[in-house]
Amino acid sequence: MPNLQPYANPNYFLILGVALMPLVIGLLNGKRWHIYETLVSLLFLILIFDGDKVHQGIALIGYVLFEGALIWGYTVYRQKHNHTWLFDLAVILAIMPLVIVKFVPFLNPGSNSILGFLGISYLTFKSVGMIMETRDGSIKKFEPWLFLQFMLFFPTISSGPIDRYRRFKKDYLKVPDRDHYLDLLGKAVHNFMLGFVYKFMLGYLFGTVLLPKVAHLAMASRGGFLDISWGLVGYMYVYSMYLFFDFAGYSLFAVATSYVMGVETPINFNKPFASPNIKEFWNRWHMTLSFWFRDYIYMRLVFFLMKHKITKNKVLIANLGYLTLFLLMGFWHGLTWYYIVYGLFHAIWIILTDVWLRFKKKHKAHIISNRWTNYLAIFATFNTVCLSFLIFSGFLDRLWFH
Amino acid sequence: MDVEKTVVEILADLTGNDDIKDDMDMELFESGTLDSMATVQMLLELQGQLDIEVPVSEFDRQAWSTPNKIIARVKELQ
Repeated sequence: MPNLQPYANPNYFLILGVALMPLVIGLLNGKRWHIYETLVSLLFLILIFDGDKVHQGIALIGYVLFEGALIWGYTVYRQKHNHTWLFDLAVILAIMPLVIVKFVPFLNPGSNSILGFLGISYLTFKSVGMIMETRDGSIKKFEPWLFLQFMLFFPTISSGPIDRYRRFKKDYLKVPDRDHYLDLLGKAVHNFMLGFVYKFMLGYLFGTVLLPKVAHLAMASRGGFLDISWGLVGYMYVYSMYLFFDFAGYSLFAVATSYVMGVETPINFNKPFASPNIKEFWNRWHMTLSFWFRDYIYMRLVFFLMKHKITKNKVLIANLGYLTLFLLMGFWHGLTWYYIVYGLFHAIWIILTDVWLRFKKKHKAHIISNRWTNYLAIFATFNTVCLSFLIFSGFLDRLWFH
Repeated sequence: MDVEKTVVEILADLTGNDDIKDDMDMELFESGTLDSMATVQMLLELQGQLDIEVPVSEFDRQAWSTPNKIIARVKELQ
């Protein structure tokens, strides 16, 4: 069989359309054929992980068995006891494969861990989320079949959006009523169309046509202060546009495919460049990732610090939460200086934004706030975000050190 | 204990906004009235004052998005 990367070429969409057709007919007639659904999933997993990607496929199987055994074990334990150290241990074990995958290229540049496969970071979010909800008593038993369906849900396996177990389970076990499903199909068609424009037209224009040109220009005009040049400025904006259209396009496809399967995978982007400040930006950019960090890291850490009265200083607690969240996000992207700086950049920016918002609230009467200041805020936020994406891109590493 | 009154007081306290009782269907997250930090404080206050357990996992923004919805959730959890 050919190897096809998700949503990457016309063949993938063609096979997708044909394979999903019977499911559409079933759902329109009030039936969800789980066996057929599973066969379709298997087919796509094989297409993604066969050929020269077969070692990744094996890593995926090993990973899912490991996480499954771990979560199963923890669930059984949690039904009787609830020790913090065992919960901590379960979380550490759950992220261990990902940690290894991130560390191998760091310790041994140029090589990749045999444990790695496309999508391991996203599956790790799902596993850790399940362990935390089990600890909270929200997930009470381990359901191997549903666990597999959730982890291996093929539309989102490679790069999200990151769904949540209990939300997925609800959709997976029910048949949407006809009107609602027709509505979902309409949205799916819209998402596919928009996704094509984003990923294959705009993403292609910025990423494949323009990016090499500005990169060349920036490399050719090195020598000034920090090697800053118009080429570099161009790179910053072109890369930011490429990142958005490519990833938002991909996310639209993943959401659309889920809708066709009657699963309402949460959306990932909501006009992020229209955000008037960075807090709002993170509510609109890669939403399922930032909400994951918000709900499973930030809120839990804040909850812990406040409940145990570590400090009474609320500003300090919030800032510690931001630093932890964004540094973890940086490390998650990879162990390179630019991902870590990217995380720090956002942490500091959001802390300063909070300072400003508190000041603004206190001096409401004296601060002008109208449509124009809002446009100005959007403009400033957009440009600062692009600067952070320039750091994220790793281009500065090439520019300065190679 | 009066759940309505307690919830409104907690919210007014956290947001510094005494008008909450006049708009019980106000979207607290969309309007930026509550952020994650204030949410955690609210959950802790609810635990302390109304003696209910609300783990973070059970906190689904959509189900807790307005004062009325919060009151309904608290009553369910009692």
